[in-house]
Amino acid sequence: MATSSERSPPPFPDAEDQDALDSEEVGGRDSDEDDGEDMFPSASNPPLAEMDTAPPAASQPSDVLMKPPTDIMNNPLIEPVSSQTKNESASEVVSEPLDDFVDLTNNITEAATDKVAAAEEDTAVISFDEPSDDFVDILGSETEAQQEEVVVVDVTAEAASDKSEVTGSVTDLGLGEGEQEVKETFTVPVIDISVDSSSTDVQQPPGIEEIADPLVDFLGDDLLGDDFLGDAPPATGAQKPSMATIDLFNDDDGSDIFAEPRQTKSAKQPQKSLFGEADEDLFDEPLGATSKKTINTERKDKSVPVKAAAAASDDINIAGPLQESNPAEPADIFTEEAVATAPSVAVASTVNSKTNGVHSEEETDIFAEATVELSLDSPQSERKKEVTDKPSASAPSLSAAASLAKPQSAALDELEEEEDEEQEDQFDIYVSVKDPEKIGDGMNAYMAYKVSTQTTLSMFRNKTFTVRRRFSDFLGLYEKLSEKHGPNGFIVPPPPEKSILGMTKVKVGKEDSSSADFVERRRGALERYLQRVVNHPSLLQDPDVREFLEREELPRAVSTQALSGAGFLKMINKATDAVSKMTIKMNESDVWFEEKLQEVESADQQFRKLHTLVESLVVHRKELSLNTASFAKSTAMLGSAEDNTALSRALSQLAEVEDKMEQLHQDQAANDTFRFAELIADFIRLLGAVRGSFDHRMKSWQRWQDAQAMLQKKRETEAKLLWANKPDKLQLAKEEIAEWEAKVTQYERDFDRVSATVRKEVVRFEKEKAKNFKRQIIKYMECLLQSQQQSPTTKEKMFKDRRGYNLFIECKSALLPALGLTAMCGETRLSSSVVMERQLKRSSTDCDGLETSPVQTDGPTQSQCLSDEPDSINAEDRLVK
Amino acid sequence: MTSTLDENNKEKMRSVSVDLNNDASLLIDIPDALCERDKVKFTVHTKTTLSSFQKPEFSVPRQHEDFIWLHDTLVETEDYAGLIIPPAPPKPDFESPREKMHKLGEGEATMTKEEYAKMKQELEAEYLAVFKKTVQVHEIFLQRLSSHPMLSKDRNFQIFLEYDQDLTVRRKNAKEMFGGFFKNMVKSADEVLISGVKEVDDFFEQEKTFLLDYYSKIKDSTAKAEKMTRAHKNIADDYIHISATLNSISTDDGTANKKHLEKLSDLFEKLRKVEGRVASDQELKLTELLRYYMRDIQAAKDLLYRRARALADYENSNKALDKARLKSKDIPQAEEHQQHCLQKFDKLSESGKKELTGFKGRRVVAFRKNLIEMAELEIKHAKNNATLLQGCIDLLKSN
Repeated sequence: MATSSERSPPPFPDAEDQDALDSEEVGGRDSDEDDGEDMFPSASNPPLAEMDTAPPAASQPSDVLMKPPTDIMNNPLIEPVSSQTKNESASEVVSEPLDDFVDLTNNITEAATDKVAAAEEDTAVISFDEPSDDFVDILGSETEAQQEEVVVVDVTAEAASDKSEVTGSVTDLGLGEGEQEVKETFTVPVIDISVDSSSTDVQQPPGIEEIADPLVDFLGDDLLGDDFLGDAPPATGAQKPSMATIDLFNDDDGSDIFAEPRQTKSAKQPQKSLFGEADEDLFDEPLGATSKKTINTERKDKSVPVKAAAAASDDINIAGPLQESNPAEPADIFTEEAVATAPSVAVASTVNSKTNGVHSEEETDIFAEATVELSLDSPQSERKKEVTDKPSASAPSLSAAASLAKPQSAALDELEEEEDEEQEDQFDIYVSVKDPEKIGDGMNAYMAYKVSTQTTLSMFRNKTFTVRRRFSDFLGLYEKLSEKHGPNGFIVPPPPEKSILGMTKVKVGKEDSSSADFVERRRGALERYLQRVVNHPSLLQDPDVREFLEREELPRAVSTQALSGAGFLKMINKATDAVSKMTIKMNESDVWFEEKLQEVESADQQFRKLHTLVESLVVHRKELSLNTASFAKSTAMLGSAEDNTALSRALSQLAEVEDKMEQLHQDQAANDTFRFAELIADFIRLLGAVRGSFDHRMKSWQRWQDAQAMLQKKRETEAKLLWANKPDKLQLAKEEIAEWEAKVTQYERDFDRVSATVRKEVVRFEKEKAKNFKRQIIKYMECLLQSQQQSPTTKEKMFKDRRGYNLFIECKSALLPALGLTAMCGETRLSSSVVMERQLKRSSTDCDGLETSPVQTDGPTQSQCLSDEPDSINAEDRLVK
Repeated sequence: MTSTLDENNKEKMRSVSVDLNNDASLLIDIPDALCERDKVKFTVHTKTTLSSFQKPEFSVPRQHEDFIWLHDTLVETEDYAGLIIPPAPPKPDFESPREKMHKLGEGEATMTKEEYAKMKQELEAEYLAVFKKTVQVHEIFLQRLSSHPMLSKDRNFQIFLEYDQDLTVRRKNAKEMFGGFFKNMVKSADEVLISGVKEVDDFFEQEKTFLLDYYSKIKDSTAKAEKMTRAHKNIADDYIHISATLNSISTDDGTANKKHLEKLSDLFEKLRKVEGRVASDQELKLTELLRYYMRDIQAAKDLLYRRARALADYENSNKALDKARLKSKDIPQAEEHQQHCLQKFDKLSESGKKELTGFKGRRVVAFRKNLIEMAELEIKHAKNNATLLQGCIDLLKSN
């Protein structure tokens, strides 16, 4: 099968293919959605007609099985690409499986009531045999990249037909059907989902132990796979499983395994692992999570250390026993699981964030939104509503699950932090903003910056690429990011503020230093802003960020203009936010947040103070440089007025030195601004963002509280109605209560999630801050040092042969390269005065004849002074005596 | 004549640097001074071997006004017209540190305790520096008088040194103040008037243009240097605030940054000290020098004025003599006056030439000395700064 693996599709098809695939992908995805829908209902609710006749029964699983492989191929391979090139949000794709899963679980619930403990390997084998062949075929065909489109089309077609079948089957939905059929179809999802051990339990109650082995191993494999996926580029990661699948299925072991799990353990386990990976890549949370959970139950038995599933263990501890002991109440179990997936999703997604670029963390959000807020615009939203309504009916169990989820958050945090750290090390992307260029004239002029990215990350097509962006594009990016990630508690790095004054100056086009200063300042700030964004593990995954970095033309960001209507709206929003912030009195339950908030606020204040101080330092330094300049000038004048040639020389030397000092001070002032003041300004901005995320958390808390209050109200109404004995209204009230209960749970979960994110983000922010701060400070100090440093050798030299004739020249030549070195300047000053001494000696002899005797007697003294500085006083003494 | 010349030489030597006083015959210093509100009381201590003094060693309390009185009497003495009278010490100015102290008190609420303490300390240091400087300029004035061959023998000077009671110099009343002002007006008008008189000596002509030019330039330089020094001081003050703020941030910060912030705050504190020293050294070595010579040049200019006045008088007396001869009336009187004027003028010219040449040499040497010292100090500070920064960088990097 090595050949097939070689022929397997390249990780990234050529651009043309890709485009073609993209167009296909749209259709294909739609069909996928349907498939997902079909697959599980059909699996759990087998129509009798289909089961009776073997061929259709076989064909259906085959279809079902076909989907995962195609998905395998499609999702990891194409989706990252498509999302890169197209603005198609991957979230939809991800959300679908979720819905499916919810469906599935619910359906399973129903199916489980019918289930019998007897193992039905035979049916499984039958149903599995053909699918495996199909699978191979599909994979084989997919190995040719060119044919991929065809395959996708095929799948679509099949899926479509499938759908019709299933809809039929759903309507039929024989409840009291033969258990065999029930079982048979039930195994299909088992395989699909890869490892739904609850069903395997059902299937083989005695063989749990045996299955446990492969499962545990699979988990190990899974982890390995994850690790390897994390390390390797996602494409290859996705490719490998597909290869392995081919191998396995070619051997037809897969089918046998189910028949005789004991014998073919080893064969089965890789297969399962494949599915596990495929699931993770494909459906991420629902499937991966369930698989993990089930695995964990096994883990308990086997006590094999499993690190990734640790977070999910809580659930399983409860779910596992329930599954075994309370077959009568499977509904709870599964609904619970359905809910519990939400937290475990995070585990899966964090693992996956490395492998499957586009999905990553935002999946968590989208997923949550899909279950909770139904805010996605997918065509299935209605269906989803139904889906979510169902679990909400069993509110108690839901809330139980939610409470279960809570303790996990801490473990999750740790886990995510670990992941983050790993990821930080892996980040290898550098963004630089260069070459500000003014485009246009008058008030319509704007500055365009060259954004160059240098990366080794494989999610980008090229190693280096450059685009031109204008300032409002940067702002637009921020708007998008903050809209998307802000409410979830992420700290979105803020860009530099819009400055009408500064920009107007630039626009007016005066090429003076202040506008150049402004542009340079902004350029630096933009660069740091972008670097911060790409350094953020989850923001980097955002399609908008990548688009911003890669795409040649970007739709012009509107609503960033300060004076536009949107800007006005924003201002109003801000004002209302501020008001609501004041009105919301949050009784903080978490001490950590309380402390952090206080810390952030005080730090904000302090940094603001520091910023003004540094600004004043800059002002003073500039003043100093100005004063030095004027002093240099006036010294030069004094030198020219001086009639003593030596002193005149010395003075003009001094003037020169002061001139250089002026340059030095100016540089230093620039340093102060760019390195220090800007650093602090950045921090202030970031602290603002941190506060923003705190606000978001508070808002979500507020929403939760509101919902709770509402629920309370509804309950009271119900009680009243009950009292009043109005059964018709009572029903309505009950429904409302249920609805609000669900909402409360959602909001609470929301709040917990946001809290967790904020917490994580703040920790990350602090870490980054410390690192960044240190780096910047060192840089700044090095600059300071540079301006203060002098080369000791030249200095020594100067001290040694102070009287050397060529000293002056030496010193001057030494000074020129070391422009702006204070000590140097001092040195020059010294030497210039030495020069002056020497000149003095000469002047004493060749003065213009007007020199009277006293001056002449000065001569020897001065020369003596020259001979050695400290001795000059003694020399005078001697002379006096 | 030779003896005077020798003495002259000797004196010149001593005045090479204004703060040198190694003539054993008359040693003057101000070991102590007391500041009472606006008044500063100096203790003038004299040690002498000269027989003109009653005791070999004595100290007297003197005030700034006494110094001014001494200066004024010297200026008004006709005999010293041909000398450069050492410039009177400037009035002690404690206003600026006092004002700053006041401001600091107002802004106390906005600062942390440490910050305030540091600022206060800084101001106290500044105040002390001003005080020391004041004492020094008074001392220098006396020392220059004592090192001058003629001025040191002045009766008023000796009284000033010896009289152990309060001199209780009568403070100038309003009329005299106005008189002084009027005299200045007359003098400057006179200067303009006599500027038309043809100079007979090239030396003086040159000297005059040079001094006029030089005076304006050095005045400018002094102002600029003062500004520069102040800017240095401002930066040092900024460092204090930055250091304090960093410190308070570091106390709030619980993370790994804490150490860095502390180090940084330390660094700024040290940088502040160095910067402050740079400022004070510049003040002492450069600004003070320029300021002193500005005043000295003013004194030299006064000498030139007096000489020009004498020249004008001589011209006038010549004219008067011519007139008298023409009218053949009062000829001997006019002749006598003319002779007198000529004598005076010659005497002035002679001593003036001597003084000016001496002044020139003195100026050059003083400049050289101070500039060298300043350069050395600045190198030292720059090195200090460099080592400080390097040390801090190493520390941060190793962490």
